[in-house]
Amino acid sequence: MSQPTELPRWMDLVLLPAVNLGMALAVSAIVLLIVGHDPGQVLGLLVKGAFGSKAGLSYTLYYATTFVFTGLAVAVAFHGGLFNIGGEGQAMMGGLGATLAALAFAPHLPAVLTLPLMIVAAMAFGLAWAAVPAALQAWRGSHVVITTIMFNFLAAALLGYLLVGPLKEPGNMAPESRAFGDSARMPGWHELMAWLGVDWPKTPLNLSLLLALAAAVGVALALFRSQPGYALRAVGFSPEAARYAGIAPRTQIMRSMMLSGALAGLVAINELAGVQGRLLAEFVAGAGFAGIAVSLIGRNHPLGIVLASLLFGALYQGGAELAFEIQGFSREMVFTLQGLIVLFAGAMSQVAAPALARLHRTLRRPREAAHG
Amino acid sequence: MTPDPAQVAVSLRGINKRFGAVQANRAVDLTVPKGTIHGIVGENGAGKSTLMSILYGFYQADSGSISIDGHPVQIRGSHDAIACGVGMVHQHFMLVDNLSALDNVMLGAEPHWQLDTARRLVRRKLEPLMAESGLKVNLDARVDELPVGERQRLEILKTLYRGAHILILDEPTAVLTPAETEALFHTLRGLRARGTTVLLITHKLKEIMALCDHVTVMRGGAVVLDTPIADTSIDGLAEAMVGRHVNLGRRDAAARRPGPALLEAKGLSLRDELGVARLDGVSLRLNAGEIVGVAGVSGNGQSELLDLLSGLRAPDSGTLAIGTHTFDARHWLDPALARELRIAHVPEDRHQRGLVLPFAAWESAVLGYQQRPRYSHHGWMQQRTMRGDCSAMMERYDVRPRNPALRSSRFSGGNQQKLVLAREAMPEPRILLVGQPTRGVDIGAIEFIHGRLRALRDGGGAVLLVSSELDEILALSDRVIVMNAGRISGELPIEQCTETAVGRLMAGAAVH
Repeated sequence: MSQPTELPRWMDLVLLPAVNLGMALAVSAIVLLIVGHDPGQVLGLLVKGAFGSKAGLSYTLYYATTFVFTGLAVAVAFHGGLFNIGGEGQAMMGGLGATLAALAFAPHLPAVLTLPLMIVAAMAFGLAWAAVPAALQAWRGSHVVITTIMFNFLAAALLGYLLVGPLKEPGNMAPESRAFGDSARMPGWHELMAWLGVDWPKTPLNLSLLLALAAAVGVALALFRSQPGYALRAVGFSPEAARYAGIAPRTQIMRSMMLSGALAGLVAINELAGVQGRLLAEFVAGAGFAGIAVSLIGRNHPLGIVLASLLFGALYQGGAELAFEIQGFSREMVFTLQGLIVLFAGAMSQVAAPALARLHRTLRRPREAAHG
Repeated sequence: MTPDPAQVAVSLRGINKRFGAVQANRAVDLTVPKGTIHGIVGENGAGKSTLMSILYGFYQADSGSISIDGHPVQIRGSHDAIACGVGMVHQHFMLVDNLSALDNVMLGAEPHWQLDTARRLVRRKLEPLMAESGLKVNLDARVDELPVGERQRLEILKTLYRGAHILILDEPTAVLTPAETEALFHTLRGLRARGTTVLLITHKLKEIMALCDHVTVMRGGAVVLDTPIADTSIDGLAEAMVGRHVNLGRRDAAARRPGPALLEAKGLSLRDELGVARLDGVSLRLNAGEIVGVAGVSGNGQSELLDLLSGLRAPDSGTLAIGTHTFDARHWLDPALARELRIAHVPEDRHQRGLVLPFAAWESAVLGYQQRPRYSHHGWMQQRTMRGDCSAMMERYDVRPRNPALRSSRFSGGNQQKLVLAREAMPEPRILLVGQPTRGVDIGAIEFIHGRLRALRDGGGAVLLVSSELDEILALSDRVIVMNAGRISGELPIEQCTETAVGRLMAGAAVH
């Protein structure tokens, strides 16, 4: 008799995640006590580091931007019934696309033209890199979980080869491309704020944040308001019903994976056009995998993903601050806190649901009795 | 008349059970004498499954008492029920497919820590039990190799091995062929003769009349009728279940004159992946203004026929003509084109195909029609229109609750079916393909669904009705096609259809 617990919508969307976060923090506090830190001080510093200053907040939002892209990528595939683990590789290829566009156009064109071209190229390369596993799944039945993992390794190898060979800047020892040039640089947030007359510290946060928010709105509209989104979700929930409705599952596999890859490719805009100004081998740094956790915690909904990205951004930034501020606070401790939050808010997200459902029933019973 | 308490196997007194706002059981009393077969009938949601779940310990009653064999007992879980000698066979079998039948019996009740010794001990106990009860099962076969009827015998054997002398069967014939059903009834009568008490939950009133000694009818959580079988009839039971008079029989005796042919299929053949012929040279014609019933034991090619005619699959050979369009095996119909040609399809499996269960009702209400300009302007879904149309469907087909925002999975089976039928029948298709329209549907809703199918025919549409319920075929059809082993074994106008005639064709006997 085990049915999934049905909660009222507000409990499901607000209370449950809050309780999960609370449980994660409680367990974190115990771990911190055992290791000999003051939990109050640590959590206080974490929050202060992430949100307590303009600079801290900017870093938090900068990290969050990348997670929005990879989280949306995972969610789009998930709605189509596919588990895209290849966000990492697709983001790397997006970086290659953006780099080629920048190297080709930046010397000749102004930023208003170069940046859109870089965005298109990043999306196209990510899309193409996802299209191959998608086609293998659609026509050959090779599971995308396996093939996308393999494509991550291929992307890393390809990028590595290009960065020690054809794309390497002559005379530079590091595996990096040459600098893109000024017109391939996404304007920083501080520049926007200065233009608006607000004083803002210089941080990696750049206008890619707006691109990420636009992507979230776009994905929400595409999934829940458009006819292709309807078809995509129908296939994701029930391939048989979709076939019955005249929707070809193959088309939907291709569509959802390609859109997923294109979104992952946009990581390059935040990281390369926004910050590095050149292609580095390690610029994705696990964000593709973090996207899986972000999407899981955000319940595969664009709004949830934006909020989960903010949480992850805060953990990254606040965690970095902690390692810096507290004597003997190791980086591993930061990973432990992050891991606990992923565990409670993601993997064990339904653990508290039955208890909440019971609570809800007991709270409602007196009211019902009064009515009837 | 109070039976001697020592002769009463199960006695439930004043059982009340509430789930949230729903009173699932209301002051239910039930007395079942030893060595009898007792039927419990009622529509979906009448509370019969809840009552049996309380007896088997899945739920605890809010109030009331239970006595087994004259002793008051507390049943807190299925282990308590088993200890009292109560066993339950669920509608969906609780067997491990890749273990042998013997291992399934033993699972959770191993008499020895060494499996070989345990198997020997269990076998020694089972063999006389099988001989005595007539429950023959091949103990060494893997469960997934056993036919459905034998799996069910295995389930019963499992409960008997655990010492059950009170047996609860939940919709036991839902998955059985008529022959397997007859065999099951024979077994149950044998068990009754040995003193076993059987509680039978079913919605098939015919079976109640054929098998039971006594019947309890539930409606709205309460017992509305409790009578020896000799004192009631199918009509009496149906009326008690629904609360009003229902008529599931034929409405019109007059012969009808069919209109022009709307669909003509010739020589349809189809093999499955293993190369087994599923359809073998099937030809049929659907005329305007008639209902053609396809009778046959499930699995004789009816599902494949629906798949072909709705475009879900293409045949290996054969042709199809729909109006001026013709198709052959290489250029076959697809589901989207079928809808263009005004062929609607109410699929046999509404959970897998008819609905997308996690979708809101208003999203499921346009499934298959999502690309119509009415619902999609330049690729954007017209939510307001979709919700409005869903409300209209719910109103016209009495789908409850009337809430387009509710998830499709949260409607009861009958209401899901009414929603699917509304979606397919309301655009007034030329041809309606219907598979098992009333499977798992309440009697009241069956009457309604039959009415809609007749109305569609009277409006000049053609209906192809596939059903495993012979009564339904006979009540609705103007012409009956009988399928056996992928072929049409005979075709009869309704005037010549008797149960015996159709039954002979179902079994594969040749015509003429």
